Amino acid sequence: MAELAQQDSGHKKGKKKGRKKMSTKIDLTPMVDLGFLLVTFFMLTTTFSKPQTMEINLPVKDEIIEPGEEQNSTKASKSLTIIMGEDNKLFWYMGVTTDPLEGPIGTDYTSEGIRKVLLEKNATIDGLVVLIKPVDKAVYKNVVDILDEMNISNIKRYALVEITPEDMDLIKNL
Amino acid sequence: MPKVKIPRKSTTIDMTAMVDVSFLLLTFFMLTTQFKSDDSLIVDTPSSISEIKLPDTDILNITVDAAGKVFFSIDNKNFTRERLLAKISEKHPELQFTAEEEKAFVLSGSIGVPLKELKGYLGLEPEDRKMYDQSGIPVDSAKNELGDWIMQGRISNPGVRITINGDQRAPWSVIKKVMDTLQDKNVNKFNLITDLEADPNKLKGI
Repeated sequence: MAELAQQDSGHKKGKKKGRKKMSTKIDLTPMVDLGFLLVTFFMLTTTFSKPQTMEINLPVKDEIIEPGEEQNSTKASKSLTIIMGEDNKLFWYMGVTTDPLEGPIGTDYTSEGIRKVLLEKNATIDGLVVLIKPVDKAVYKNVVDILDEMNISNIKRYALVEITPEDMDLIKNL
Repeated sequence: MPKVKIPRKSTTIDMTAMVDVSFLLLTFFMLTTQFKSDDSLIVDTPSSISEIKLPDTDILNITVDAAGKVFFSIDNKNFTRERLLAKISEKHPELQFTAEEEKAFVLSGSIGVPLKELKGYLGLEPEDRKMYDQSGIPVDSAKNELGDWIMQGRISNPGVRITINGDQRAPWSVIKKVMDTLQDKNVNKFNLITDLEADPNKLKGI
């Protein structure tokens, strides 16, 4: 429609002999249509940027020490155990399972919860070792969250450890 | 009294600016995004502060969905997938694949069926394959097929990097089995795929 109107106006001016003056304006509406069509297409079929990853290094399997032995080899006063229970429950204690020095205390995954504990312990205890024990019913998010807390609190020594029946007993009543 | 003439104004507006905007957006989306893979799997990854980017190729990805099903995928750089399938049928002589099935394997994304169902799965029409209810690769210690896949995948492409793409709600028991399998195969270094979340330490600095 717009195109026709423009052509008309061009015609009126060119009444004299000679070439008709054609308007240099073209209707850009179809081009806009095309542009937005492509934008929509790319918005729907593509994903933003590459996924982020978190690198994890596990010990060589033969060298895995029994949790009990490991706790013996690290000083009980320097080991902090985090237990991830089901339904996003979280507990921590200091020392060995059978005779905790502090705790077990229930907490949560917020910055006011476990992060505060970790930052405080990491600042006061030199050479802190964190043992991370997820129960089987814990979800993957919990584990990643705790591993992430280790990075946030800048704790260098931590290990993913299998949960023991003693640990289960300890948190059962909490 | 003469009639007041209201000049007729043209209803056309200049579209140039709009074209500019739309093509600017188009260019932006073309450059910053990449195509979604053709997987019907929906995985909601947990978030972490880690900022390591994942390369596009040389990736062996193990996906664990919310129900705890395990899927396997590997990128097809230098025909890795063709070689992988050949290795699989070498190790399991009862599994011989036709050219069509091989093609289907190369083009498909994640594989989440036990080996004995693999041939039937690849023989389906592409549309049916999307609808197929994949039961996940067995990771139980009695019959651990994931270990096989990892081994053959690493032989097919020795420089491969292993990633675990787990759903937030994936049960830890399954992830633990996957990690144990990896350790059994002497893979002690791998990556967990996560979303980006703000680092509280950096936020403090602002």
